[in-house]
Amino acid sequence: MDNLSNLIEGFANILTPLNLLFALIGVTVGTAVGVLPGIGPAMTVALLLPITYGLDPTQAMIMFAGIFYGGMYGGSTTSILLNTPGESASVVTALEGNKMAKAGRAAQALATAAIGSFVAGTIGTALLVLVMPQVVAFAIELGSPEMLAILLVAFVGASAVLGSSRVRGFASLLMGLTIGVIGIDFVTGQQRLTFGSAQLADGIDVVVVAVGIFAVGEALWVAAHLRRKAGTVIPVGRPWMGREDWRRSWKPWLRGTAFGFPFGAIPAGGAEVPTFLSYLTERRLAKRPEEFGHGAIEGVAGPEAANNASAAGTLVPMLAIGIPTNATAAIMLSALQGWGLEPGPFLIEKQPLLVWTLVASLFIGNTMLLLLNLPLAPIWAKLLQIPRPYLYAGILFFATMGAYAVNAQPFDLFLLLALGLVGFMLRRFGLPVLPLIIGVILGPLAEKHGRRSLQLSGGDLNGLIGGPVAWVCYVIIAGVILWPLLAKVLPGRRPHDRDHTPTEVSA
Amino acid sequence: MSDPQVDTTGAAATTRRDRAQYAVCAALAGLGVLLLVDAARIPHVTSSNDPLGPKPVPMVLGVLLIVVAIFYAIDVWRGGVGEAEAGEDVDLGTRADWKTVGLLVVVFGVNAMVIDTLGWVISGSLLFWGCAFALGNRHHVRGLAFGITLSLITFYAFAIGLGVNLPAGILKGIL
Repeated sequence: MDNLSNLIEGFANILTPLNLLFALIGVTVGTAVGVLPGIGPAMTVALLLPITYGLDPTQAMIMFAGIFYGGMYGGSTTSILLNTPGESASVVTALEGNKMAKAGRAAQALATAAIGSFVAGTIGTALLVLVMPQVVAFAIELGSPEMLAILLVAFVGASAVLGSSRVRGFASLLMGLTIGVIGIDFVTGQQRLTFGSAQLADGIDVVVVAVGIFAVGEALWVAAHLRRKAGTVIPVGRPWMGREDWRRSWKPWLRGTAFGFPFGAIPAGGAEVPTFLSYLTERRLAKRPEEFGHGAIEGVAGPEAANNASAAGTLVPMLAIGIPTNATAAIMLSALQGWGLEPGPFLIEKQPLLVWTLVASLFIGNTMLLLLNLPLAPIWAKLLQIPRPYLYAGILFFATMGAYAVNAQPFDLFLLLALGLVGFMLRRFGLPVLPLIIGVILGPLAEKHGRRSLQLSGGDLNGLIGGPVAWVCYVIIAGVILWPLLAKVLPGRRPHDRDHTPTEVSA
Repeated sequence: MSDPQVDTTGAAATTRRDRAQYAVCAALAGLGVLLLVDAARIPHVTSSNDPLGPKPVPMVLGVLLIVVAIFYAIDVWRGGVGEAEAGEDVDLGTRADWKTVGLLVVVFGVNAMVIDTLGWVISGSLLFWGCAFALGNRHHVRGLAFGITLSLITFYAFAIGLGVNLPAGILKGIL
């Protein structure tokens, strides 16, 4: 087994004191910010990006992986103890988790969430090891026309399938693609949308966009609607589970994992759908369905596992094809670009040690999280008491520092403020954030593949439509775009109301 | 986009029509026009290596932006409302607090103007204190103390420790 020896090499690489330290920093910071209201893993990775440019890419990726998983652990703590989930993926956990906490079973809810996340994360990472090389083997054969088609599927998926309104998703995507156009054209050297500004000629750095939209936008949005009275936090002791809780939890963990991983792995799958499916399944299969709505442990165990398994799943397209399916993965990809590494099917060939160390660090980080979170839960819960003026002032402080550090020019700070106001507008009008970020990061790549396809065909537009893979992609895109029409025409089917379900992309 | 059941968004949709959304449509259309105008300015450069040239992509994006703006406006006209984002600290029951947002924008802008001259340690401390003040903090000494501590720690850890670009400003030589 080639993979196995690669993975063992990855483990050997991470088991140095310094790398373990980075993993520990990652999971600690990740959990802390996951618990803190208003900060999600995507914002954290964006804020930390500029200061990691001085580090070795492998070490930075180890840290990011820890933040990615840790953020999810922390998020479940918040939704169980405070009943106001910060991330859309934790909405379902809050349904039963907060009821359990109110009934005095907070310790059990936190325990089943933490252990379930560990189980799902470990199985999910193992599946990643099995699946990723197959996807790479498939993707490495793809030419530019196919890559273009896959990128277009990612665009349409992020805009039309996730989120609550298709037209708002596309609006957000187009804004992102427009930001991606700014700067000097990479082939001809022509300036586009720079208005003669030398500072815009290099384009807008993805870090500035991400920090502006996530951190500054979020801080301004919260400032406009700050809850003057903080929510009540339910006090909690050390998490533990009794024999009965274990008996009721282990099956939902495994079923949740089965839902989460595939949804994470497909472009535009996300974590919202599998957590919700897992919740519905557990309610149907429960021996005592009447407990649902009053704090059923199955309703915490299943969705939490689905959430973490989907996080592992998102790493498959991210590492194997270079396509992010959630905001954190999108920013981790832009980090790779920052070090001059090109994400995509060749990444694993050119940087095998980086990829396999990252995978190994996921196993290590997951274990650290379990050891860290079970005993420390009461301390994490204290973070929820931090005064809000200091919290959001701190976010703006670090956002400024990160954006300035990229190019050391005050111009970027004005850009950051402008993008923060765009982020405010997105939140005010219910436009999803993810399509914009995906547009900024993948837009230039899509243009490159489009132009390369035409180069290969000598300018013939048929060159854009390559082999069968591209055909399948375009059929999927047509299906997604025409779906509202199809739903109306098909007999006996009511128009799907997916367009207006309140799912939001988390910051 | 063409979903007839737009009214199912919830109570907010029926009680209040959100006309400010038309401004977003106008902004999107304006962005589209801007892209088209800018693209028209680009000379038509093509070669055998690059038969497409730099022009078509911004042109296509410009047209799509205008199309999406029209569909968006139709959706708003039919009563569609984008759901404002909720969060742990967000209370959507209140009106937007523009005074706080305005103050934050001012503090942020001042920092951008003075960061190079005063240096990160001073401007960052003021930024933290000012933002906390705008958000309702009235413990001035404590706010300033936190700000100074944070900017000193970040300056030494990142600028000196990791080589991150942060300006020393007028404190150059002292820090």
